[in-house]
Amino acid sequence: MANKIWVYIDQFKGQALPSSWEGIGAGLSVAGELGGGVTALVFGEGVGGIAQEAFQYGADEVIVADDATLADYRSEPYTALLSKLAAEQSPEVILFPTTTRGRELAGMSAVDLESGVLVDITALEVQDGTVLATRPVYAGKLLAKVQCSAKPQIITLRGRAFAKPEADESLSGTLTKVDPVLAEDDIAVKVMDYTTTEAGVSLTDAAVIVSGGRGVSNNPNLDAPGDLSEEEQEVWRAQQGFALVNDLAGVLGAAVGASRAAVDAGYIPYVNQVGQTGKVVSPDFYIACGISGAIQHLAGMRTSKLIVAINKDADAPIFKLARFGVVGDLFDILPPLTEALRGKLDQ
Amino acid sequence: MKIVVCVKQVPDTAAQVVVEDGQVSWGDAPLVINPWDEYAVEAALQTVLDQGGSTKVISMGKADETEALKHALAMGCNEAALVSDPALAGSDNVAVAKVLAAAIQKVGDVDLVFFGKQAVDSDTGTLPSMVARVLGWPAITLVSAIPELSEEAIKAERAIEEGRQVIESKLPAVVSVIKDYGEPRYPSFMGIRKAARAEIPVWDLGELGIEAPASAISWPEMMNPPKEEVTTEIVEGDGPQDIAEKLADKIMAEKVL
Repeated sequence: MANKIWVYIDQFKGQALPSSWEGIGAGLSVAGELGGGVTALVFGEGVGGIAQEAFQYGADEVIVADDATLADYRSEPYTALLSKLAAEQSPEVILFPTTTRGRELAGMSAVDLESGVLVDITALEVQDGTVLATRPVYAGKLLAKVQCSAKPQIITLRGRAFAKPEADESLSGTLTKVDPVLAEDDIAVKVMDYTTTEAGVSLTDAAVIVSGGRGVSNNPNLDAPGDLSEEEQEVWRAQQGFALVNDLAGVLGAAVGASRAAVDAGYIPYVNQVGQTGKVVSPDFYIACGISGAIQHLAGMRTSKLIVAINKDADAPIFKLARFGVVGDLFDILPPLTEALRGKLDQ
Repeated sequence: MKIVVCVKQVPDTAAQVVVEDGQVSWGDAPLVINPWDEYAVEAALQTVLDQGGSTKVISMGKADETEALKHALAMGCNEAALVSDPALAGSDNVAVAKVLAAAIQKVGDVDLVFFGKQAVDSDTGTLPSMVARVLGWPAITLVSAIPELSEEAIKAERAIEEGRQVIESKLPAVVSVIKDYGEPRYPSFMGIRKAARAEIPVWDLGELGIEAPASAISWPEMMNPPKEEVTTEIVEGDGPQDIAEKLADKIMAEKVL
């Protein structure tokens, strides 16, 4: 008899995403009230190791589909399989991480299963046998309580909103192997190529983020090469500024973020943008360098636990959210700050 | 090629959105086309420029919510339709997906449907793939470039968490577009005049030939987030070196590293 709570384990190239294990933690927290344990779903090729990990994080059943047609995530074969399993076994709740793949799979299986999907959930409680979930809307300007009256209740969890359980190597459970539903010829989408970005630490998973804004291009003591156009000179100056941001991020093992203004000015790629039209993040520690704090940026990082702001303008709105602020030039402060933290972290 | 682009009307992202007496309010902030959808409109127009064909922009909303459609017309879309019916109030995402799919089928013989990656109000980002699922078409989400396109197939570059992926798919398909696709064009003066005069047809459920789809999701409560009581301490000192040392000590004391 399958469990009432299922957790989809998102993986890429045989590596489970940390947010998948947070899903098991969240599942176990509601399993207490709904009864039973947690079943983990692992789809892919060569994913036996992930199934074992799922036991260690607390799943007592793992359903594995290991097949060449599932090697790269594609929405059609993954959704077909998930919907078939759920239709046969009728789980009450299916949890996904709010990743690109998790969103797609959750939404598409909600269509198949005539249910609904609750997206980007930050808290779960059980009320009269049904999950009552909380999610930020308008990029966190508001919170909403949401509920799904159909079964299964399909829910995607925001990364870092739920604690990851401690792995326990002594744990094990029931492993169930299943076959894919679609043959390769029935799948319209083919993955042709893939290149990793050098971005390093992903913003949404990061515990620490160092962000730069428009101010990174304003180093008064820097002369850009004269053969560049005015616009190129500005970008060149910004790149020198972001080098300081990168240095600090390197010491802290942090991801690098940016304001929309910095992205729009061409200083840094869009994948680094934090804010309402970029990524909404919630790290333990956020350092804003040369970011004034437009409402759209604040909406994207306001739930960070500790915020530090460095800005020349004492009236910058970012200081209202910051626990510590330095009114000064980031070019003066960042190098000694990087060195001081390097020393204290024993590097 | 026959292209449909779906857009949503939302409060401007600079709006102060609050809950007052249980109701969401954005003051007198303007309602605009969802910023992500401008990239979808741009991709649709660019595709027609390369391939020939026409673009129809569709939005679902209240009877007077035509601003987003007019913006898309002003940017250069050929036709617009507003899907609106009082019975659709409170529709959840699955219901909206079914209604938009019905509207796309009403247009008929569509090759490609473009969406923005998500709406800035509800932030769910699930609608493009849901509409694809209802139609039984492939969903190609988070597209940054379309290097190849023919009547039968598309080659697209996607941005996923781990990097860039190139995929090929059969058409028809539903595509969601991200900012990396390229800056959306500004509406031209002529476009704005044309859009202002445009009579936008309203399609109700009768016209789509469907009943109001059931919604499973309810929103029992909207809340303002708890006020974070932050006391800001400005770190001062005897020059940058001293300030940096003091700040580093304070950061270490917070035990976040």
